[in-house]
Amino acid sequence: MLTTHALVLAIMLFCIGLVGLLSRRNVLYMLLSLEIMLNAASLAFIAGGARWGQADGEIMFLFILTLAAAEVSVALGIVLQLSYRFQTLDADAFSEMKG
Amino acid sequence: MEILFYIAAAVTLLATVRVITHVHAVHALLYLVVALIALALIFYLLGAQFAAALEIIIYGGAIMVLFIFVVMLLGPLAVEQEKSWLTPGTWVGPNVLALVLLGEVGYLIAAGDHLPIDFMETRRKGVSIVLYGPYIIGVELASMLLLPGLIGAYHLGRRVPKESR
Repeated sequence: MLTTHALVLAIMLFCIGLVGLLSRRNVLYMLLSLEIMLNAASLAFIAGGARWGQADGEIMFLFILTLAAAEVSVALGIVLQLSYRFQTLDADAFSEMKG
Repeated sequence: MEILFYIAAAVTLLATVRVITHVHAVHALLYLVVALIALALIFYLLGAQFAAALEIIIYGGAIMVLFIFVVMLLGPLAVEQEKSWLTPGTWVGPNVLALVLLGEVGYLIAAGDHLPIDFMETRRKGVSIVLYGPYIIGVELASMLLLPGLIGAYHLGRRVPKESR
């Protein structure tokens, strides 16, 4: 029962993060929303591991943690560069590539 | 014991909603730290103590410190801004949520070691055995991911001189 509700909580957290990612235009907030979504995914893994009594859920959590650490360090470097070069963090302002 | 889970879940949801609806980056980060700690409590209640500890140390500690450093680097901190951060409006919300969590932890300590899921010992051993057994390739891949992350962050984080742009 607890693990089912943990999965529901993970879905809700993921949706909140997705809404934040889509609605905010500040790069820093988009990163924060990504963190929320990664956390929701790891909560789902932990809940699954607790439901079946297997260690794999926690191991996936460890990998997600490593991924988040690497991703955040690189992404924050990009944020710093963007703010040096454009003097803004608005994601719509970075349209030089006209892609 | 289930009620603790629901309270922690409510704290997580509230704090997360405040993260994406806040205008000030530092306020949003405060709420995100509270959300991460609440999530760590949920991990603990689900029987994953090691994951709970890592969530607080690495997510709530290291990654959030990185975010705060970058927020501080982005703009010079004006005295007025710092004054506004010290007003109660900034910290009352996260504090109340964190106090709820503190109450839960106090109750857990007072109630003793009666977790809803009770196959701790085997799983704690199982995590380390499986991590360095079938998942050893994942550990290697994680180290190969962290080194480019370090180099990439070092390369991207330096300030480019004006004339070389």
